[in-house]
Amino acid sequence: MIEIRGLVKAFGSHVVLKGLTLHIGAGEFMTLVGPNGAGKTTLIRILATLSRPTAGQVLLGGCDLTADPMTARRMIGLVSHRTLLDDDLSGEQNLLFYAQLYDVAHPKTRVEALLRQMGLWGRHHDPVRTYSRGMQQRLAIARALLHNPPVLLLDEPDTGLDRHAAETLGMLLRQADLGQRTVLMTTHNLEYAAAWGERVAILVNGQIVSQIHRAEITLATLRAQYDQYAAPV
Amino acid sequence: MQHLCKIGAIIAKDLAAELRTREMLGAMFVFALLVIFIFNFAFELRAENQRALAPGVLWVAITFSGMLGLSRSFIREKDRGSLEGLLLAPVDRGVIFLGKMLGNALFIVIIDCIILPVFVVLFDIPAAALPQLAMIAILGTLGLSGVGTLFSAMAVHTRAREVLLPVLLFPLIVPVILSAVKLSAAVLDRLPFAEVQSWFSLLVVFDIVFGALSFLFFDYVIEE
Repeated sequence: MIEIRGLVKAFGSHVVLKGLTLHIGAGEFMTLVGPNGAGKTTLIRILATLSRPTAGQVLLGGCDLTADPMTARRMIGLVSHRTLLDDDLSGEQNLLFYAQLYDVAHPKTRVEALLRQMGLWGRHHDPVRTYSRGMQQRLAIARALLHNPPVLLLDEPDTGLDRHAAETLGMLLRQADLGQRTVLMTTHNLEYAAAWGERVAILVNGQIVSQIHRAEITLATLRAQYDQYAAPV
Repeated sequence: MQHLCKIGAIIAKDLAAELRTREMLGAMFVFALLVIFIFNFAFELRAENQRALAPGVLWVAITFSGMLGLSRSFIREKDRGSLEGLLLAPVDRGVIFLGKMLGNALFIVIIDCIILPVFVVLFDIPAAALPQLAMIAILGTLGLSGVGTLFSAMAVHTRAREVLLPVLLFPLIVPVILSAVKLSAAVLDRLPFAEVQSWFSLLVVFDIVFGALSFLFFDYVIEE
């Protein structure tokens, strides 16, 4: 579903991604861990078409991201540590706006269903800025799922959430038919990565240095590998 | 048709957000009103014929208050993170440009509609001139918001974004200000249209050419 070949991203003379190659199968949940500055967010931004690669190719369901970003955008849902919403508008207004941009059929019904699923219907008229951080992140998930995308990109979605809110977020994501979607999640939380990922990749210095498959994933093995590759020098 | 709906959705979203906070329209309105009042009092004391200076005052008020709105247009989206949400949507960048540009134009036209009657009263201008002044204001506003939206999107990625916009924009909109002032003066002096037709043509051509160029270049400036 996601095919990354020799991906390079440079900001001036600083090369963030150094020929990264990765394949994520349809319906697979992959987590990506790595230290700060490893290139996780840069990779997610390229996959979300928010940033252009310097070199290399990214295919999303066979669609070349650089050549046809419009088709790719229809296939992507992004949840990051920012909500990507207008916090002066209500949760419902935000979702209805994006439903129009994504040509969602029966937008009002879809928006109501998602707000109910995320437990936000009781506050659907309130401005987003009055929501707690956990509620804002649940609304961000609703926005990402609005057009039912086959690919879900989660860029440190648990940032700034307390343990309870992070667990609620995890539960809601599990309810979101994840088996039918291809998911790439970046996180600093190894516990979260080990519990969720069908495959965990460790990204260090713009390159995948290790991959651990489902059968081998335990928190202990992940910690050991992470410390081996990503420990500060 | 789909594009029109999406342009409408972007304008409606900006309008709804503004109606909730009134931070941009409020600031633009107060600023425009202050400019007109201050100039009016200043010219009443010093200038013999304040009506001769009136068109300049009007366009200083429109341009400077418009600049306030234009500078906030993308900064607001960027600071709240909603700019990325917009760019993530499967919408042509040109549609985003038109939505933002028409939204900006709408805000400036709202201010125009409020300050024009005040201007007419303070500068003792016949009310019959109001429709023609309004038409010139709309044409000038379109020119200002077309280029202004492009430069606002360009400046938003820089550190000195609020300072950079006027520095970039003012030199480029000199033809808009000049032609709008000449046309407004012609309306006040009741000159025949033939005498200022060239200024009218300049304003319309600027709106079309620079509007089209801004539309084309928006895709390159909005992304990092």
